[in-house]
Order: sequence, then structure tokens, then C-alpha cells
Amino acid sequence: MRPLSYARVADVDAAVALVSADPASEFLAGGTTEIDLVRLGVHRPDRLVDINALALAEVEELDGGGLRIGALARMSDVARTPIVAERYPAVSQALLLGASEQLRNMATMGGNLRQRVRCAYFRDGISPCDKREPGTGCSAIEGLNRGHAILGTSASCIATHPSDVAVALVAFDAVVRTVGPDGEREIPIDDFYLLPGDTPHLEHPLVHGELIVAIDLPPLPVAARSLYLKFRDRQSYEFALVSVAAALEVQDSLVSEVRLALGGVGTKPWRARRAEQQLLGGLAEPDGFASAAAVELAAAEVRRHNAFKVPLAERAIIRGLTRALNGGAQ
Amino acid sequence: MEVETVVDTGESQTAGVNRGPSSAPLRLVVNGATRVVDLEPRTSLLDALREHMQLTGSKKGCDQGTCGACTVWVDGRRVLSCLTLAVTCEGREVTTIEGLATDGELHPMQRAFIEHDAFQCGFCTPGQIMSAVALIEEGNATTDADIAEFMSGNICRCAAYPNIRAAIREVRDASA
Repeated sequence: MRPLSYARVADVDAAVALVSADPASEFLAGGTTEIDLVRLGVHRPDRLVDINALALAEVEELDGGGLRIGALARMSDVARTPIVAERYPAVSQALLLGASEQLRNMATMGGNLRQRVRCAYFRDGISPCDKREPGTGCSAIEGLNRGHAILGTSASCIATHPSDVAVALVAFDAVVRTVGPDGEREIPIDDFYLLPGDTPHLEHPLVHGELIVAIDLPPLPVAARSLYLKFRDRQSYEFALVSVAAALEVQDSLVSEVRLALGGVGTKPWRARRAEQQLLGGLAEPDGFASAAAVELAAAEVRRHNAFKVPLAERAIIRGLTRALNGGAQ
Repeated sequence: MEVETVVDTGESQTAGVNRGPSSAPLRLVVNGATRVVDLEPRTSLLDALREHMQLTGSKKGCDQGTCGACTVWVDGRRVLSCLTLAVTCEGREVTTIEGLATDGELHPMQRAFIEHDAFQCGFCTPGQIMSAVALIEEGNATTDADIAEFMSGNICRCAAYPNIRAAIREVRDASA
């Protein structure tokens, strides 16, 4: 690993001041992405600014029934916070289906949102990769792309966004709260994630030194009956091939409210808005779910090794909606 | 020898720290003893334990957070020491496999691993045991399915999983 300096700060302002003043400084929270990528040489900071002492680890109730999750709250702690599991079960389930307990004990919510892709060509530090080294091309498009994205891809990048919890947060219209050199911002989470286009190195709208301080979940009664399903090559401790966050409300057999988002298939956590539109007002039954799934996946662009993700995602959507219809029962 | 053992002052972590990139003395509490070692900020907790404190129980399998062989406890929570910088553990309590036995008596989980033949080559075993003890304290060892799920961060290439689960069940039931 390259030599590093280290600073530990006591408050948000000091953290933001230190990092924004120095292009070679990066924040260090749980470290599960950062230390890994520094050791691989993919991230090359000269200094890490340890923010673990900041008072940002609480989960608070907001007026009206929403929640504010501190950016330094650990994945394992948030998953087991009763008001999270009661009001947004898909958030809790997604957290527990990600990584391992050791990693969940370390990894923070803010860091989870900013984790980098798992594409082997990005991580190896040498392959052409427009995300790591703009202008060099994408090795995955003609390479080993079984795990790669089928939605939101571009000629520059087809890497899948790896987060589970972000999929649930996107389904529920969470808001990312930040503090940067120019003050505070609130960013709707769907805007927080950028499509790769021809600038895959730009993954979010944060400026250097801007720090995520909290994630707000708005009041959303339908989320209390939500669920998260994850399909992968092994039963545990593996990234998703396809995942689904789903919540459904039905009145007189018709869908009156629906939230649907996909993981493992998009270059960003994928809110399935086309499917939601198709479902709203329609009959809540399997044929309707299947046709909504087909509408969402119609835009899929498959590569040599990942065409299987289209039928897998469609079946995952149908199963997710069916279970949501039955109150989240397995 | 750069290791010294002094009385634990119980001091907590302080902010406003600046270090590196060269090495400087770092005070770490490991298995109840305070040690001062010269470390660069880039040194992982795993390398600090193995290379600077001669505590080689924690193993380096992948060094990228995927195998679990380096599992230790920091302030009582199981974490991966390969993805933890030692400097971030200043003022925290680190517990390794060497800290489990008391007065020469193996921890019940260590005894159960031996009794149930819960390892073959043994390389993953320190991490398995540090996870297994924590698993029961977390309340994540209620069912076999729970044990499998919450132990999934500890890979065993010899596939001793059934016997690892048996060892965990025994300690869980004995401590219930």
C-alpha cells in the first residue's frame, strides 16, 4: 500500500474543511471500501481523514413518521433498529442480506451509498476502464460480463451498482443530506446516483470534500409492508445477480400504490418507474405483474454473458410483487 | 523489540490527531494489555498484530475483506482486521484469538472446536472462533439457518461447516 498520512477530526466542519482544502485527502469511515481500494491502488489518496468520531451514528424519528439515519450508523445497527424494521422492512432486509456480519459491523450507511463498483476490470488497476481512467474504454463490454448491468449502461461503462440497501432507499425516495464547502444540501437519492453516460468516473453530484451526514426516509405507510428479495450465486455473502425491493397497496383488487426498485441489473440502484406506472390502477394479479416486469425490462441491453438477467429479473419482480401482495409473507 | 506493556490508563480516543506518513509510536490495547508500537498510518490492524506484536493467531487469507480469517473484536464487535487501519483503533479495545483463554484454560468455544473436529487445516479457525463467540453474544445463533447465515463471512476451504455448526450449538446450549 502507498504511504498515507492520517488525521482524525472531531466535528463535521473540521472534516469538510480538511478534505475540501486538499485534493489528495479522502474521508475514512468504516473503511470496507476505502482501505480495500487504497490497497489495490485504485484509490490513491495521500491522506485519510478519519470521521468515525463525528456524532452521526443515530437513527432519529422525524415529524410525520419518517426517519433520519445518521451517515455513520453501521449497517448491522441500522438493520436491527426496531423503527427501521417496522416502518421500512425492505431497508432492514436489504442490509442483512448484504456482506457479512463483520463487514456490516464496520460499514457505515454513508459509505454504503458511496461504495464503488465490483467490476473486476475497475478493481484490477490495469485494464482499460473509463471509470478508473477516463478515455481508456470499457473492458467489460467485450469481456467477462456475467455480473454486469443490463439497464442504464453506456458504451463507457456497464458496471453494476453493488449496494443492496440503496435499492430499498431508491424505492422509498430517500433524501441524502450533505455538508460541503458551500454549506448543506438535500439530494433526492435517485438524483444522487448518476448514469455512466460518457462520464462514468462521475458517480454522484458531490463536490470534493462534501460529506454525507444523514439519509432521510420520508413517511411512507406502504413501506411498512415492503420486502427485499435477493438472488445470487450462493445463498449468503455474495452480491446480487438480481434483487427487488417491493411494496404494494391494493384497494378493491386494484393497485393503488406501488414501489418497485431493482438491484444487480442497473448501473445505478434502479427505480422501476415504467413498471410502477404500468401497475398503478391495474389488477393486482400475476398477469399484470408479468406484463409490468416485461415493460421495465424492455429497455434491457444484454451482453454475451448476462442475457439470463432479463428473465431472472422479470421472475424476481413477479415474485416480489406477489409476496408484497400477500403482506410480505414468504 | 518495539513492544512494551504498560498499565492500561483507560483513556478514550481523542480527536485532532495528525500522523504520518512516517511511523510514530501508537498506543493500542490488545487483549487487555496496553502496547506501544511504532507504526505508519497505512499499517492494517492485522499487520500490526502479526508483524509488530507477534500475535500471529489472526490469519491473513485474502487481505481484502472476503475470507474472514483475520476476524478480531474491536470494542467487543467482530470486524475484519485486514480492512481496519491500526491507527483507527487508538483508544479502543482489541481482542484477538490469543485473548480468549483465561489462566491457561481454553475458552469453551475453543474446546468445542476441538471436541467436534471443527477444523482440518486450521487456517481459518481463529477467525471462525472469534466470529462464533460473537455470534452467540449477538443472539444470531438461534437456529442452524441463522448460524449458517451469520457465519457466512468466515470461509472454510476444508468445508468443516457441519462440525463448526455443531461446536457453536454446543456452546450456545451450554450457555443458555
